[in-house]
Amino acid sequence: MSGLPSLNANLEQEFGLINPVMPYLRQDRIPHIWCPGCGIGTTVNCFARALTDSGMDLDKVAIVSGIGCTGRVAGYMNLDSFHTTHGRAIPFATGLKLANPGMKVVVYSGDGDLTAIGGNHFVHAARRNMDLMIVCVNNFTYGMTGGQVAPTTPIGPTQTTMPYGNFENPFNLPFLADACGAVYVARWTVYHVKQLAKAMLDGLNKKGFVFIEAMSPCPTLYSRRNRLGDGVDQLKYYKEKSVIRNGADTKEVGIAYQGEIVVGKFVDRERPTWLDSMNSHFGSVFGDRFTPYGVTDGQE
Amino acid sequence: MHADPKGVLTGIHFIDGDHAACEGALAAGCRFVAGYPITPSTEVVERFASRIPLVGGVFIQMEDEIASSIAILGGAWAGKKVMTVTSGPGLSLMMEHIGLAVITETPCVIVDVQRGGPSTGLPTLPAQADLMQVKWGSHGDYEIIALSPNSPQECFDLMIKAFNLAETYRVPVFFMMDEVVGHMTERVEIPAPEDIDVVDRKWTTKKPGEYNVYQAGADLVPEMVKAGDGYRIHVTGLTHDERGYPAMNPVAQDKLVRRLINKIRDHREDIVDVREDGVEGADVVVVSFGITSRVAQAAVEQARVRGVKVGHLRLVICWPFPATRIAQLAETAKAFVVPELNMGQMVLEVERAVCGRAAVLPIGHAGGTVHEPATILNKIMEAAQ
Repeated sequence: MSGLPSLNANLEQEFGLINPVMPYLRQDRIPHIWCPGCGIGTTVNCFARALTDSGMDLDKVAIVSGIGCTGRVAGYMNLDSFHTTHGRAIPFATGLKLANPGMKVVVYSGDGDLTAIGGNHFVHAARRNMDLMIVCVNNFTYGMTGGQVAPTTPIGPTQTTMPYGNFENPFNLPFLADACGAVYVARWTVYHVKQLAKAMLDGLNKKGFVFIEAMSPCPTLYSRRNRLGDGVDQLKYYKEKSVIRNGADTKEVGIAYQGEIVVGKFVDRERPTWLDSMNSHFGSVFGDRFTPYGVTDGQE
Repeated sequence: MHADPKGVLTGIHFIDGDHAACEGALAAGCRFVAGYPITPSTEVVERFASRIPLVGGVFIQMEDEIASSIAILGGAWAGKKVMTVTSGPGLSLMMEHIGLAVITETPCVIVDVQRGGPSTGLPTLPAQADLMQVKWGSHGDYEIIALSPNSPQECFDLMIKAFNLAETYRVPVFFMMDEVVGHMTERVEIPAPEDIDVVDRKWTTKKPGEYNVYQAGADLVPEMVKAGDGYRIHVTGLTHDERGYPAMNPVAQDKLVRRLINKIRDHREDIVDVREDGVEGADVVVVSFGITSRVAQAAVEQARVRGVKVGHLRLVICWPFPATRIAQLAETAKAFVVPELNMGQMVLEVERAVCGRAAVLPIGHAGGTVHEPATILNKIMEAAQ
């Protein structure tokens, strides 16, 4: 890991090549903390590609994370970045967005953070159609704390707090996001790097509550404890068992243990965002006395 | 600088403390509030929700107090002056984000209209039992500032001060009202905007690349920027270095925690605010805060009629505690009488400051109503013996 920057330096010196992701990272924070075979870094690559392709002014993009392995993403991105408390990235991001509507605000966190401790905030932000792009890296476990059962863990595998195998029903996250009102819902795995980057690009360009689930291996805990091999073995599983079904009914995309993974863009629709609704409602109530909020405010 | 006229409702009003607190926040420049309804504080956010569309800003009712208490921190890093409002159970839910506000040095005001506890307790009746919680409720070591108004007029005036202190020191500032102060209706005079002094955020003048988000000068308070200005800041609840990067080792911890604490402790004598009435040379000094100070004042005046040399020291700012002043008075006073609507919280601080040099007589109260003046009077008479 520690050889990485010098390797890049050599490539740059000898061949004039630089890793295209490097400008998006805080290079003085490398090496990162993620384990070999972990998929979070792959999602970061995809995110960097999406940012490039979006052509956005990166000074106007903020990233907010909660706590956990994926919660560390904010700290590595060379953006305005906020590493908040466990489960509360969405309400922090809500405050950031509403107080400066000119920002594009991305919430980047894990399945446990966003849908267990943060579940209440998730459903309400989707209901309100808060203009946030949510990237949920789903590794089916609590990695940072050593492999405990998550609300996404399928029935069957062993976790440290389900030592005889999980018997709890998991969330189907795309269905949850869809039911709560998300305007864009997609699921890809870290095997599907092109599609994941494209979904993130779609998300950056979409107004409203965007939910992107990125399935990612946790070789150190989830795979090892359940004898599923290493990170590459999980990628093989993603490759072999994934079925692309764009527009699939989200009710039908739940995941069984090592079972079929339905991937694709499931939802893409239009609803007014919370701020648009507020502005149009106050406009109708107050008429000329009301100055639409955030229209000039965000451009300051 | 002066208050932004858009938020200032100049004139004479007949309003309750909750409404006056909201007007204070608007006059101080607060333009983002996230809150969750809870008795007896709800009127503050109700008024904000009704006023803010034409002032220019946002109110959002969040899904709970946990969300409210971190949404305002996001709002502050987006550049707004921010506030949330709650009472007992909601305050308990907010505690983790008090710590986040402290370690990320995010200016914010948290209004706590105190009611009887523990737990759901007495939603519609007063108490002053959150004094220690606002100081110590979040885990870890830290310092905060807490103000305690005793009238609707002070709910307005001191709210300006609360925001100014939050911006000056970049700490969460508690505004400790109680059910009686929140719901009593009195005359409130709101001055012209040019007569209201408002402290702006301590914005940096440095350029991106020269600026470190947590580099502080002699006053120990770093300069701030907001998201979207091109500084590409990193803000974390982890122990961090001056760049804002996680630095999880004892040296970084020592440096950060000492600065967070000392930026308040070093300015303690500037921040402390007490109102004194006849305390110099008094035999008995009554120490009080909030609504209890109004009851105590009646008892002090009755005791003077009975010939007792009694003074009244009222804490307008409870934290930092005016320990130096109380220690000075302990050189001459025989006794301190400490009425409060809890079973003995502030009295612990008074005892610490007095340090055995005078008697300290607590008058505890479980809450639900205010003290009887006679109770305080009797204790003053007992102390004067």
